[in-house]
Amino acid sequence: METMIQVRDVRKVFTTQDNTVEALKGINLDIHKGEIYGIIGMSGAGKSTLVRCLNFLERPTEGTVCIEGRDLAAMSEAELRKARTEIAMIFQHFNLLMQRSVLDNVCFPMEITGHKKSEARKKAKELLQIVGLEEKAAAYPVQLSGGQKQRVAIARALAMNPKILLCDEATSALDPQTTKAILGLIREINQKYGITVVIITHEMTVVQEICTHVAIIDNGELAEQGTVEEVFSRPQSRAARKLVFQDGNKYAVMAGKRCIRIVFKENSSFEPVIGNMVLQCKAPANILLADTKDIGGIAHGQMVLQLPEDTQIANRMIQYLKDRNLTVEELNDYVG
Amino acid sequence: MIMWDNEIVKMLVVEGIGPTLYMTITSTLFAYILGLPVGILLVVTAKGGLKPNAFVYKILDFVVNILRSIPFLILLILAIPLTKFIVGRSYGPTATIVPLVIAAAPFVARMVESSLLEVDKGVIEAAQSMGASLWEIIWKVLLAEARTSLIVGATIALGTILGYSAMAGVVGGGGLGDIAIRYGYYRYETGIMVVTVILLVILMQILQIIGTWLSKKLDKRITG
Repeated sequence: METMIQVRDVRKVFTTQDNTVEALKGINLDIHKGEIYGIIGMSGAGKSTLVRCLNFLERPTEGTVCIEGRDLAAMSEAELRKARTEIAMIFQHFNLLMQRSVLDNVCFPMEITGHKKSEARKKAKELLQIVGLEEKAAAYPVQLSGGQKQRVAIARALAMNPKILLCDEATSALDPQTTKAILGLIREINQKYGITVVIITHEMTVVQEICTHVAIIDNGELAEQGTVEEVFSRPQSRAARKLVFQDGNKYAVMAGKRCIRIVFKENSSFEPVIGNMVLQCKAPANILLADTKDIGGIAHGQMVLQLPEDTQIANRMIQYLKDRNLTVEELNDYVG
Repeated sequence: MIMWDNEIVKMLVVEGIGPTLYMTITSTLFAYILGLPVGILLVVTAKGGLKPNAFVYKILDFVVNILRSIPFLILLILAIPLTKFIVGRSYGPTATIVPLVIAAAPFVARMVESSLLEVDKGVIEAAQSMGASLWEIIWKVLLAEARTSLIVGATIALGTILGYSAMAGVVGGGGLGDIAIRYGYYRYETGIMVVTVILLVILMQILQIIGTWLSKKLDKRITG
């Protein structure tokens, strides 16, 4: 597949008066056309810096960033500005122009690219229709809810006919329901217009919901990357585990007892697997964490179980689950 | 007692309100012609600005600070040679405009700087991410988003310059302040002085009301 964004050995060092911070320590990343690529990490991991290196809002201290094979660092300022018109970005705090109406906000990038005013307004109206806000064209941002503001920002982003959409914590200021709606809209845009999407987030649920690929960034380094399914079902690195069990620390008290993690991805959600396991083994298991979703009749997600202390029963339970084609993983050394 | 005849009223209007408004408005205009670009430059060249340039920033910052720290009364006298050079004489309303502009321009520059610094950094970043040029960001983002604050600042500048213009009466600057000093101070005609003060208060009120009304009308962040 065609590589859209290629990041090679990118380092970014911030120097302040009395210390230097290495925000990115040699990042390598390949994002292909049409992917929805999640970059996930705890706050301070460097993910916001990384996404800003993709459109050179931050210039990497070292390394190269190529968009469709063209090295951003080699461009003149005018060329870079032109390249940026193809890389749209949306933000956590929406960043709309507060003194402009919704319609004029969507027109803004087209003013930069030199469209005729009448043309720009016509296109802006169409875009507002796509994001479902055509009746708010004359309103001002202050009159909109967070979700509506992000829709305007998305319409504004689309006005540039971008090839890439960068989302910097775009749903972090929104409630879960609005988040879902906005992610749905982003997915729709990805599918309909073939725009490559890069999503920066600290929430695993966002990645699960929408992304095809994910990279986990931890302390300025990429800890792990791959398809969402790979990373999610078999997290290798400590950082990945921490994110997959987002409230991991809570289970530290269980150390020493036997815990397992089960990943659901192809079982029918109509089959009561855990219930049947308990009935068959005739011993209770404690559900420590359950995060499963029914997507089209298939159970997706994970569960963490605490098994009975009796080794035989515990082994039987594990066998039972394995027989049902579930991925089972022991969490003995797991401390979050 | 003063005689409230037509002569006096005519004098207050023709020699007082007229020149005062002329000095205030013209000086403010020139102060903005000089101060607005300086204010923009201060924001743009500052550390972390759109085009950081420590050299330019430090020079502008220094000049603005120096000019701001000279008391206006002293500036009035210091500026006399320059005033003579530009206007041809050192007294009268037109001559007063020169020191007024020198005093007000750095003040305006600071007002503009602080207004522009209020603009949300995220919005500037968004404009950058769309490929906006420096000029487009200054014009369409900084100035447009800060317009309410800029108008409030201009109202304050007008008020300050109105006050300064009255002070210029000491050196024969013309306008209401001049009348107040000549009649009230040198001739002990308190009545006329009180009237000039009342007129100054009224002028200030009118400016303030217009400024506040305009800034609110243009502010789209206020709902309803």
